[in-house]
Amino acid sequence: MVVYNLYIFNRNGQCLFYREWLRRRPGTMTQEEEFKLMNGFMHSIKSFVQRLSPQDLKDGFVSFKTNCYKLNYYETATGLKFVLNTDNNVGNIRDILHQLYSTIFVNYIVKNPSCSATDIINTEQEIFIEKLDEFISNLSIFAQTNKA
Amino acid sequence: MVVHSFYVINRSGGLIFSDEHFIPKIELEKTFSYPLDFVLKQGQKGVNVEFGQRDGIKVGHTILSINGVPVQGNFIDFSAPSTTANDDDQQISTSTSHDIISYLSDSTNYPVTIKFGRTRLNSNEKLILASMFHSMYAIACQLSPELNSSGIRELETDQFKLYCFQSITGIKFVALTDTRQANVDALLKRTYELYSDYALKNPFYSIDQPIWCPLFRQTVQQAMDLLEKTGSPYT
Repeated sequence: MVVYNLYIFNRNGQCLFYREWLRRRPGTMTQEEEFKLMNGFMHSIKSFVQRLSPQDLKDGFVSFKTNCYKLNYYETATGLKFVLNTDNNVGNIRDILHQLYSTIFVNYIVKNPSCSATDIINTEQEIFIEKLDEFISNLSIFAQTNKA
Repeated sequence: MVVHSFYVINRSGGLIFSDEHFIPKIELEKTFSYPLDFVLKQGQKGVNVEFGQRDGIKVGHTILSINGVPVQGNFIDFSAPSTTANDDDQQISTSTSHDIISYLSDSTNYPVTIKFGRTRLNSNEKLILASMFHSMYAIACQLSPELNSSGIRELETDQFKLYCFQSITGIKFVALTDTRQANVDALLKRTYELYSDYALKNPFYSIDQPIWCPLFRQTVQQAMDLLEKTGSPYT
C-alpha cells in the first residue's frame, strides 16, 4: 500500500501545506495552479454530493477511487480540509486523518506560538514536518509503500 | 441494500437516461407557535430552511405544505387547494395566494402546521449534476499522483455511494446506491449490455440522444431489482 501526497487547505481555500511521499506523474501545471484546482474540485464535489444525496448527509463526502488511486477527504468543524491520496487498497481512513489533525496539526501548528493556524506553513516548521513524516511512515497503510 | 437511481451520461456530458429506482421519502410535519425558530429563505424550488436545525428538520429542507395545503413554489393558496403538484412545478402567484415568508412572519396565522422535507431532483437539476459529474471525472485524472489514471470510479459519502463505469466509447453509466450494496460494478456492466442491445440496436435511436426505448428502461429496472434481491444483476 502506498501513501502519495497530502494537501491541507484552510477555510478560505488557501493551501497551507503540501507534502509528497511518492508521485509518479509529473505535474502538468504549476504547483499553485494545482492547489487551486484541487481546492475547487473538493468544493464542487462537496456541493455535488449534497445536492445529489437521497438522504440527509452527516459527514458528507468521504473518498473517491479511480483505477489507480484513492482520494481521502476530511474536513474539520473549523473548515480545515485534509486531502490524502493513497492507493486503492486502503480502507476508510477518516479516523487516521482525524488523528493526524488532532495530534500532529493541533500540537505542532495550532499550539505553536511561532506560527498561525490560518497561514501557510513554511519550511521552518521542521518539527511539524518531522512529526508528520513519522506519523505517516508509522501507519500500517504505509508499510511496504513508497520504497518502490 | 438499495439501488437509489441510475443514470447514463453521453460523451459530451449530457444526461441521456435517468431512472429513479428507490428514493426514500423524507417528510416531517410539526405544529409551530409564533415566532418560528427557523431562518427561512426563498430558493429555486421553494422556501428552504437556512438556519436553525431542530427535531429532525435540517438545513436545506423545503416547506412542502402548510396546514395540509401543498405549497406552490414560494407561494401558498388556501382558497384553491390541491392543484396537481407536478415534478417541475412553476411558481404561480394569483390574487388569492400568499407569499410564504410573509405569511409565516404574521403572528395572527399561528399556530400553524408545516410539513418540511427533502425535495427530489427535478429534470433540470439532474442535467446540471450530470454535466458537473462529467467534468469532475476529467479533473480526477488531472490531479492523479499516478500515471494513466482513469476518472472517478467509486465515490463514497456517509449516506450513499456513487459508482461510475465508462465504456470505451465514452458513455458513462452511473448508479447511486446505499453504502452496503455490493456488486454494483456487475450491474453497470449489465446495463452496458442492455444499452447495446436495446438502445443501440434500435433503428429509431440516434447516438448521444436521450434514450426513450421502453425495453431499455424495463430491463434496467429488472436488473436493479435482481441485484437487490439476489446480489447479481443476471437471471
